[in-house]
Amino acid sequence: MHRTLLAALGLIAFVLLWEAAPRFGFVSPLFVPPPSGLPSAFLREIQAGYWVSAVLASLRHYALGLALGTGLGVALGIATALYDGLDAALSWVVRLLRPVPGLAWVPFAIVWFGISETAATFIIIIGVFWINFYAAYGAAKAVDKDLLEVADAFGHRGTLAKLFKIVLPGSTAGILAGARTGLGQAWMAVVAAELFGVPGLGQRMMQASSLLATEVVVVYMITIAALYGLTDALFVQLRDRLLRWQR
Amino acid sequence: MATLVDIKDLAIAYGKAPPVLAGFTAALERGSFTAVVGPSGVGKSTLLRVLSGLTAPAAGTVDMPMQPEKGRRPVALVFQEARLLPWRRVLENVSFGLEGTGLSKVERTARAQETLDLVGLGQMAGRWPHQLSGGQRQRINLARALSVRPDLLLLDEPFSALDAITRQSLQDELLRLWHETRTTMLFVTHDLDEAVYLADRVVLLGGKPAGIVRDFPVDLARPRERDTANFSDAVREIRAALSESVNDGAGI
Ligand SMILES: Nc1ncnc2c1ncn2[C@@H]1O[C@H](COP(=O)(O)OP(=O)(O)OP(=O)(O)O)[C@@H](O)[C@H]1O
Ligand SMILES: [Mg+2]
Repeated sequence: MHRTLLAALGLIAFVLLWEAAPRFGFVSPLFVPPPSGLPSAFLREIQAGYWVSAVLASLRHYALGLALGTGLGVALGIATALYDGLDAALSWVVRLLRPVPGLAWVPFAIVWFGISETAATFIIIIGVFWINFYAAYGAAKAVDKDLLEVADAFGHRGTLAKLFKIVLPGSTAGILAGARTGLGQAWMAVVAAELFGVPGLGQRMMQASSLLATEVVVVYMITIAALYGLTDALFVQLRDRLLRWQR
Repeated sequence: MATLVDIKDLAIAYGKAPPVLAGFTAALERGSFTAVVGPSGVGKSTLLRVLSGLTAPAAGTVDMPMQPEKGRRPVALVFQEARLLPWRRVLENVSFGLEGTGLSKVERTARAQETLDLVGLGQMAGRWPHQLSGGQRQRINLARALSVRPDLLLLDEPFSALDAITRQSLQDELLRLWHETRTTMLFVTHDLDEAVYLADRVVLLGGKPAGIVRDFPVDLARPRERDTANFSDAVREIRAALSESVNDGAGI
């Protein structure tokens, strides 16, 4: 209760400071659009139909990119952890590709897929792939060897049996921690992926900022924050359900 | 009685180290209860690992009837630490070994529940392992091995981490289960009192590579009383042989 109160007070103080800075002339409202102007900007965006279509388009890129990037990252991470040969074969490929920032793929995304939803999804996939790859790899490598031995002792000797009975459940916590980080990264990637012209929140932000409509930019910043907060809260629910066996 | 397990000229080495066992030969009678004692590091756990198929021997053979039967596994192992799967409820931990033995899910659940009742934890079926005490976890460890109705049950110091009272009640429970199921038992322990209380044969391992130094039959009537002269004599005799073999080992 005490913490909730402090959190609310902190937020209120932040908004008040934000409002005061442009209102008392410390900065130009163009540089820091006051929060009191945001509701009307928000309403205008909704009435013009921009807001809903941008949110829907971005959610589509987000969901697809996140699902594919997480799925591929986890699958390859676990496969690499299970098969030493694959691990060895990929070790330098991974070192080569890992440090390339997501944005550096934008030119290739455009060349390969054009300015399209596929290109945007591709950027998001790259944005979350590595986090999930490393989380799953580490979690699967750290699975208790004693429990793998239990599987052996009770006749579950095949790789698939071990995968489903021990490795996957044993690395769930680590995989989900990676997936949660990816959840936030993917929203950043959505904006980056749409900056070059694919319709969505990022594109709408770009348009608004080129018109110096900074209050509209802030509306979309808050939109993204709210969407992130929502997806993260839902994810935490799911995670706690999947990990209810933990003390 | 018929021989269930026939071990001939078994050799096991870890890496390039000198072998832990070499030319090891022994036989277990069907339905017998054998305790294995010996100094720490002699190779008791190693022997159980080979018999349960966790470690492949470098040489030698282990013969035992191995025809796969529905709902059964020929050998089961009770680990020293409980090693329960924390993401499975107690019941699913007990049915772990039954998966892949040809039973339906309903049959597995029924068998697991039955085995849980047998070890006196029937009401704990829906709990998570972390909600159990150490003694209860050890009972589940035992139930997991019993549920596959093994011909041979291997136990590696299963009660050593428990307090004296819990240990004694689990020993009595194990004896009761043995009388009911007539499963062949191979029980590793460093507690000689426990060995004499449970087994009808105590095997002393010693030497490097390890062999059977002495083989004590225990013909005390059951149920056994610990505070009788015969019991203490049996324990004392084995203790003397054990310390002798340890001293010999130190002299090498
Ligand atoms: N994985 C391993 N790699 C190398 N050496 C091992 C390994 N496991 C056991 N050993 C060695 O093999 C020998 C026998 O070990 P084992 O665990 O069978 O002994 P033990 O008789 O069960 O001892 P304790 O009573 O302490 O449990 C020991 O000298 C040990 O150091
Ligand atoms: Mg041991």
